[in-house]
Amino acid sequence: MIEGAKWRRWAYFYLPMAFFLIFLLFPFYWMIITSFRPDGELYRPWNSVNYNPFWTWKPTLDHFRYLFEETLFLSWLWNTMFIALASTAISLVCGVFAGYALSRLNFPFAGSLGTGIFVTYLVPQTLLFIPLAEIIRNYKLGDTPWSLILTYPTFLIPFCTWLMMGYFKAVPKELEECARIDGASRWQAMIYIIIPVAIPGILSAGIFAFTLSWNEFIYALVFLSSPEQKTVPVGVTSELIRGDVFFWGALMAGALLGSIPVAIAYSFFVEHYVAGLTGSVKG
Amino acid sequence: MGQVVLTDINKFYDSVHAVKGVNLQIRDKEFVVFVGPSGCGKTTTLRMIAGLEAISSGDISIDGQVVNELAPMDRDIAMVFQNYALYPHMSVYDNMAFGLKMRKFAKSDIATRVKDAAEVLGIGDLLKRKPRQLSGGQRQRVALGRAIVRHPRVFLFDEPLSNLDAKLRVQMRVELKKLHLRLGTTAIYVTHDQVEAMTLGDRVVVMKDGIVQQVGEPLELYNNPANRFVAGFIGSPAMNFAAVTMTDGNGKLTAKNSGLEIEVPPAQAERLRSRVGQQLTLGVRPENLHVAGDADPAGLTFASKVEVIEQLGSEILLDVRVGNDSMVAAVDPTTRTKVQESLRLAVNPERLHFFDADTEMAI
Repeated sequence: MIEGAKWRRWAYFYLPMAFFLIFLLFPFYWMIITSFRPDGELYRPWNSVNYNPFWTWKPTLDHFRYLFEETLFLSWLWNTMFIALASTAISLVCGVFAGYALSRLNFPFAGSLGTGIFVTYLVPQTLLFIPLAEIIRNYKLGDTPWSLILTYPTFLIPFCTWLMMGYFKAVPKELEECARIDGASRWQAMIYIIIPVAIPGILSAGIFAFTLSWNEFIYALVFLSSPEQKTVPVGVTSELIRGDVFFWGALMAGALLGSIPVAIAYSFFVEHYVAGLTGSVKG
Repeated sequence: MGQVVLTDINKFYDSVHAVKGVNLQIRDKEFVVFVGPSGCGKTTTLRMIAGLEAISSGDISIDGQVVNELAPMDRDIAMVFQNYALYPHMSVYDNMAFGLKMRKFAKSDIATRVKDAAEVLGIGDLLKRKPRQLSGGQRQRVALGRAIVRHPRVFLFDEPLSNLDAKLRVQMRVELKKLHLRLGTTAIYVTHDQVEAMTLGDRVVVMKDGIVQQVGEPLELYNNPANRFVAGFIGSPAMNFAAVTMTDGNGKLTAKNSGLEIEVPPAQAERLRSRVGQQLTLGVRPENLHVAGDADPAGLTFASKVEVIEQLGSEILLDVRVGNDSMVAAVDPTTRTKVQESLRLAVNPERLHFFDADTEMAI
């Protein structure tokens, strides 16, 4: 901690931290305030009477009502949840096995294969959506959740593999060797020993994958067209921004509600998440 | 029932020849210790016996059956690792039961075996705890328990006491010895600590750079080291070495250098007479040096200058300068001396070692 005079603590710690917190949390604050403001306050110019940007004295639930009644927000929420969970599941399964194989098994071309997987991660989605759109069209997956569930793994699997590889490398080799001497086949050693020990890493990878899928925009925009199929990021922006008219209240309400599931997921798993990042496995 | 034979074992890591032509016959119920400095190939040899490393050439057989191609779990062995390798997500009971569960033992059998082993090791009331709730010594015992319940033909130990603090190490050494006496299973133990080797082993295998230097009972290695390396490795503090020239003065054979002139006792003079005029290495252990008294013949004493005095309580270690060499003498705790004082030391004539200057073999 900062020793010495009180002013030091304020100057070097409290003030910077306060500034940092305000800077980080302000967007959320603005989102919340905007979603509860009545339309009358939202569409006034800044130099009108009684202009109060940071608080509202007449909070209203109209925007939330609009969101749930006039738009398909609940469908979007359901779609996004389904797609995110499914692609996370697929990517985790592939990532765990690939990470294990690349970190533990010595087979020919292991190095090049690993590098190959990471290189695919470097191709930007803004470029990849063009050829993928063609493929989606050929397989008639357009406008279905499967167009996303099958394309999200293109960037989720390399990421999960990379994370799991690093994590498996931190698990001591002796643990597996001991299991092998004890009588476990490689498969049994993996199921009973390695995966339970790697749970923090798997949770981190899962949370990352879930967040990436939830917030993904461009593939969802390109591959989905009908409003019932849309995900939250796409639905909120395409339905609530009509031409140059921004339905700010409902927009912010949608954004707020859309970020809640991810926030909940993080808060429940934050302990495992940090342990997974620092890779703390002690024998 | 636990006889292990290594025939001409070699291990290559790419072009590095890590283990060179190891031949050894380990009898049933024997406690054999592989000892040597880091990188000497002892752990590699152990891992080849376990089946965790492939054998480049040679054969390993257990009870007459060649096991080169057998998987570790089919060799009926149990291994205790340096960092215990306990399964962190399982309780002590589950850790010990894991091997038996994998081999599909009945639940009641597992319970009996685990309870018996826990009884022997004194960890009966720790069965429900997780490894992170145990101390180092307790974890070590659980690792031992995990090996014991398997009732293997051979126990393999890979520096199991290295991670324990000094006091605990001494305690566990004794317990391991008692355990071996009680269970009577063949044990192969790897360590870099020569004290462990001497106290635990029925026979000790000293290795250096992948080659076996000497195999024998601890006292044999101590009294009759085959070469300079073994002489310097076994025994603490280490043996003193001095380069000497063999000279013949009036029919008496002496080992001479700038700091000392020692008369070679008749028993060894026969062997060394052919080496007159040659440079040899003289070796004498610190415990075989004492402060010269009137009873010591002049031909067995030499002058030295005290540089450092180390008080151990049971003895005093004197770091002295003899000519151009430094030596250590372990003397009686009642010795009174000061730093920079000149002291006359005497050797025990029955405990002199001579080594060839080039081959370093004992003469």
